[in-house]
Amino acid sequence: MRGVLSKSLRLLFMVCVAYPVVLLWLGIHVRHRERLPRKGPAIIAANHNSHLDILTLLSLFPLFSIPNVQTAAAADYFFKTRWLKWFSLHVIGIIPVVRGQGPANHENQDPLTDCYRALEAGKVLLIFPEGTRGEPEQLAELKPGIWYLAKRFPHVPVVPVYLHGLGRAMPKGALIAVPFYAKVVVGKALSWVDDKTAFMNSLRDQFNKLKLKVCIPVEDDE
Amino acid sequence: MLSYAFGSIVILLVTASLTVATLMRLHPARSYVELKLRIQTWWWLTAGLFLALSFNRGVALVMMTLVSFLAFKEFISLISTRPIDNAVLILAYLAIPVQYLWVHIAWYGMFIIFIPVYVFLLLPLRMVIAGETRGFLRAVGTLHWGLMTTVFSISHMAYLLVLPAHAGAHGEVRGEMLVFFLLVLTQINDVAQFLWGKMLGRHKVAPKVSPNKTLEGLLGGVATTTLLAWLLGSWFTPMSPLYSALAGVLISLFGFTGDVVISAVKRDIGVKDSGSLLPGHGGVLDRLDSLTYTAPLFFHYLYYLYY
Repeated sequence: MRGVLSKSLRLLFMVCVAYPVVLLWLGIHVRHRERLPRKGPAIIAANHNSHLDILTLLSLFPLFSIPNVQTAAAADYFFKTRWLKWFSLHVIGIIPVVRGQGPANHENQDPLTDCYRALEAGKVLLIFPEGTRGEPEQLAELKPGIWYLAKRFPHVPVVPVYLHGLGRAMPKGALIAVPFYAKVVVGKALSWVDDKTAFMNSLRDQFNKLKLKVCIPVEDDE
Repeated sequence: MLSYAFGSIVILLVTASLTVATLMRLHPARSYVELKLRIQTWWWLTAGLFLALSFNRGVALVMMTLVSFLAFKEFISLISTRPIDNAVLILAYLAIPVQYLWVHIAWYGMFIIFIPVYVFLLLPLRMVIAGETRGFLRAVGTLHWGLMTTVFSISHMAYLLVLPAHAGAHGEVRGEMLVFFLLVLTQINDVAQFLWGKMLGRHKVAPKVSPNKTLEGLLGGVATTTLLAWLLGSWFTPMSPLYSALAGVLISLFGFTGDVVISAVKRDIGVKDSGSLLPGHGGVLDRLDSLTYTAPLFFHYLYYLYY
C-alpha cells in the first residue's frame, strides 16, 4: 500500500513539477539521449551544481520508468527536517547516503548499503560523485564512492552525464529557478577498471570531454 | 478570408515539400536533411498560427506571450549574466505577462510606455539595490536590448489583434487579418531573399555580419514582398493599394535589417543559432529576428495612417 502511494506521488510530482519546470520553465537540449540505459541496473553519474540537477535527470526518463529511478543523496542534507525527509524519500525517491564517513569498518555500517540494494533490485541509480553542489560549471573533486559501487557491480554500466547551465538557473542557496536553457550531454558507459585512481581519472576525463561538447563555439552564419 | 489564406499557405508548403522530395530523388548523393527539417518545422509553425488565429483572441495572446517568453529566455541564456542579477531577471520575466496584459485590455498608453519607461528605469534600480557595480552598464544594456526585441517589439504584433475593427475594401478588417498579413509577409520576405540570393546572388551586402546575404537577394525580396503586399493589402488590411505596396517595402527592408541585426548579436556572442527549439531553423529567436523590426514598424505605420 505504501509502495503504491509513494509510486503515485512520484508520478504526480513528475507530471506537476519536474516536467513543467524542466521542459517548459527551463528548457533542456539533450545530446545523445540514446545512450541513457533504458533498464536498470545502471549507474548514472552526473556533475552537481543545483537542486535542479535531480529534476532534470529524472525528466530524461519516461514517466512510467520513474519509480525505477532513484537518487543517491546526502542524508545530512535531505533528512534535516521530518517533512523534508518524508518528501525526499517518497516524492523524490532518494537513497540516503551518510557523507564523509569513508568505507565500512568495524564501527560504521557501509554508507552505500542502500545503494547496493537498489542496484540488486535492478534500479537505475543517479549519483553525484562530487558529493555536493559546487560553483556553477566547475567540477569539484570526485569522491570515490562510485568506485566502491562499481567494484561491487562490475557489470552494471556507469554512464556519465554532464549538466550545463542549471547552476546558473538556480545556484546553491537560491529559492527560485530563473528560466535559462540548459544542456545535457550523455556520455558512453565507462568500462570497469579495478584500479581506483585509474577509474576515477577516466570518469573525470569523461566529464571534461562532455563539458567541451556543450560549449563548442560555432563559426559561420548563413 | 483567413481560411482561404491558410489554404494558400498549405498549397505553398505542399509545393515546397514536393520540391524537396523531388530534389532528394534527383540527387540522392546530396543531403537535404536540413532543408527537409526546415520545411517540416514550417508545417508546425503554420499549424500553430492557425491555432492562434482561428479560435479566440485569448488563445492568440497566450501563445504570443509564450513566444516572447521563449525568445527572451533564449536571449538571456545566450548572453552572459551576472549571478547577482538573477533576481532582476525574474522581474524582467514578470514584465512579459504584464506587457501582454496591457494588450489584452487594449490600454494603448500603458502598452506603449510600460517597457521603455517603467521597466527600463526600474530594473537598474533593483540592480543598484543588489549593489554590484562591476559590469553594471553591460548588464543593464543587454537586459534592455533583450526586452526591447523579444518582448516590446513582438508585443506590437499582439496589439494588432486588439485594434478596433476597420472597414476595408472587401469588408471588415479584423486584427487577426493584420497579424496574418504582417507574419506572412515577414516570413515570405525571408524565404524570398534567401531564394533570390541562391539564384542570382553575386554581391555581398553585409560581408562581415552575414556573409550569405547578397544585394540581389535583398532586391529580389523587396520586389517579391512589395508585389505580394500590393496584392493582399486590400483583402487583409484597410490600406489603399499604394500604402499596401509601401508597407511591403517597409516590411522587406526592415525584415532584412532585423535579420542582420540579430545576426550581429549572435556573432558577437559567438553562436550560429540562438537555440534548438525549431529543427532546421535554430531557435525561436532565429525565426523571429526579422519580426523584431517589422512588428513595431509595420504597427506604427498602420496605426499612424488608419487608426
